[in-house]
Amino acid sequence: MSRAARTDEGAVRVATVAPQRRVPVVHVHNVGVRFGDAQILDDVSFDLDEGQFLAIVGPNGAGKSTLVKVALGLLRPQRGHAALFGRDAGDVPERIGYVPQLKTFDRTFPATAVELVVTGLRRSWPARPSRREREQAHAALAQVGAEALVDRPLARLSGGELQRVYLARAVAREPAFVLLDEPATGVDYLAEHDLYDLLERYQARTGATVAMVTHDLAAARYHASRVLVLNRRVFGFGLPDDVLCDACLQEAYGHVGHTHVPHTHRHVPRR
Amino acid sequence: MSGLEDLIQAFGFPFMQRAAAAGTMIAVMCALLGVFVVQRRLSFLGDGLAHAAFGGMGIGAFVIVSSGALAQGGALLRNPLWIAVPFALLTGLGIAWVRDRTELSSDTAIGVFFAVSVALGVLFFSRISPDANIGVNVMDLLFGSILAVRTTELAIIAAVAVVATTLLLTLWGRLAYATFDDELARTDGVRSRALEYLLFGLAAVVIAVSATVVGIILMAAYLVIPAAAARIWARSMASMTLLAVVIGVSTTLAGVALSYLFDLPTGSAIILTQALVFVAAAFTQRR
Ligand SMILES: Nc1ncnc2c1ncn2[C@@H]1O[C@H](COP(=O)(O)OP(=O)(O)OP(=O)(O)O)[C@@H](O)[C@H]1O
Ligand SMILES: [Mg+2]
Repeated sequence: MSRAARTDEGAVRVATVAPQRRVPVVHVHNVGVRFGDAQILDDVSFDLDEGQFLAIVGPNGAGKSTLVKVALGLLRPQRGHAALFGRDAGDVPERIGYVPQLKTFDRTFPATAVELVVTGLRRSWPARPSRREREQAHAALAQVGAEALVDRPLARLSGGELQRVYLARAVAREPAFVLLDEPATGVDYLAEHDLYDLLERYQARTGATVAMVTHDLAAARYHASRVLVLNRRVFGFGLPDDVLCDACLQEAYGHVGHTHVPHTHRHVPRR
Repeated sequence: MSGLEDLIQAFGFPFMQRAAAAGTMIAVMCALLGVFVVQRRLSFLGDGLAHAAFGGMGIGAFVIVSSGALAQGGALLRNPLWIAVPFALLTGLGIAWVRDRTELSSDTAIGVFFAVSVALGVLFFSRISPDANIGVNVMDLLFGSILAVRTTELAIIAAVAVVATTLLLTLWGRLAYATFDDELARTDGVRSRALEYLLFGLAAVVIAVSATVVGIILMAAYLVIPAAAARIWARSMASMTLLAVVIGVSTTLAGVALSYLFDLPTGSAIILTQALVFVAAAFTQRR
């Protein structure tokens, strides 16, 4: 149990979580990913315990989405391995609510918002959602303020509307682990803190674990209980205040030529 | 009306009954397959696999003639489909494999297999002496001969229809999900790569048996038009699928009837009927 020592401080900070000596929700060990000649991830390791809220930050092209895909089992790393709930990546889809960064779906596919949300419930495309499934989908859409979108064709939704539908799909199945790749992208200011509000309330109600890729360092500082600073390799993993220091960020972001380190203390309203 | 009486009388003939039965089964499985072919932009796959069937028929006919199997054996065994179907299946899986393993687009992969198959078909048909009666006529192969469907072919079509329809309906939810978004489906445990091989393999077999009836040249259109017309009207994948089956079956039966009544080539009659439906769909499209 080499990870026991690292989880102790988490138990202190997150009071709602029982003393942790169990399998971490996310276990990433020595992960290395190459695309051709380019080393995208290099020796990435970290563990995330139940009930944590992880923010993954790093510059564009840092490998954040790649890491998410490794965790989901979509991408097999050349080195190391990733496990969710102690199982191989890709083995426990029913426990994961995933919001992809890029909405790569076929825009000519005849689909409505409610159908996409129902895929979150039955993990296949619904020919005809049952009454119960429709009710659950409505409830999930209502949670993200998108109840009006129910029967709208997906291809005609705006970027932010689409983001909400994907979010509804992810939480509809009541996952124990919510994994979001830049969930705040494209949603308006109000929707953004509705999003964090939703995630925090969901977490409080179910004790779920959340991991979110974000470019919003202020949001990471304010909402996350753990932060992973990534740029090909891990530049910092720990408590937000420890990891989001100017020096760490300078080092991580400096590698791709970023000179300006955003240091916002923007007030994020909490409802 | 004497036309109607003629028609009612016509469906009393065994050959018309066989045509109607074969047409219905082919229409159902092609429509179920067609919705995925259309949504995955694989229209050219229909063409490629139909021509693979042509190559397979050429090889099959040659083997039957040169092995002397024509003289012995039952009618069922003498059918070149026994070679055409596995040949098309290998081609379908080959195309899927090239797509999977290389950066080539499916068009390119299909184009290569297409040309090789036609070359093989022409080569082998040219080796068969013109007076060998093999029960397949190259013109019928190219343009279809639903009114000439024999009991042996009907049996093969029925077997394929049962398997293909069952598989397509059972896997519909997962196939549709993977068609919508391959990666998202994979995060939900859908094995989309395996499904793609299965889809290509199924397409190969369905197209091989259908092409002998519909005609190799018209096969791609037959596969695509009902699904495309359905796509214009439908708001959901489920209604698109249902509508494609309804359009496929009704236009096929209408085409058979028209071809009998007005002595038209059946393949043309079916495709032109489908085209009418498609035009109607395009004009009544909801915006
Ligand atoms: N399939 C692929 N083939 C080749 N290179 C890839 C592939 N996927 C990602 N990359 C490269 O890997 C690097 C990391 O990509 P990734 O999407 O993980 O970045 P990211 O941290 O999510 O960036 P962003 O903040 O822009 O979303 C990029 O340079 C990208 O070009
Ligand atoms: Mg990304």
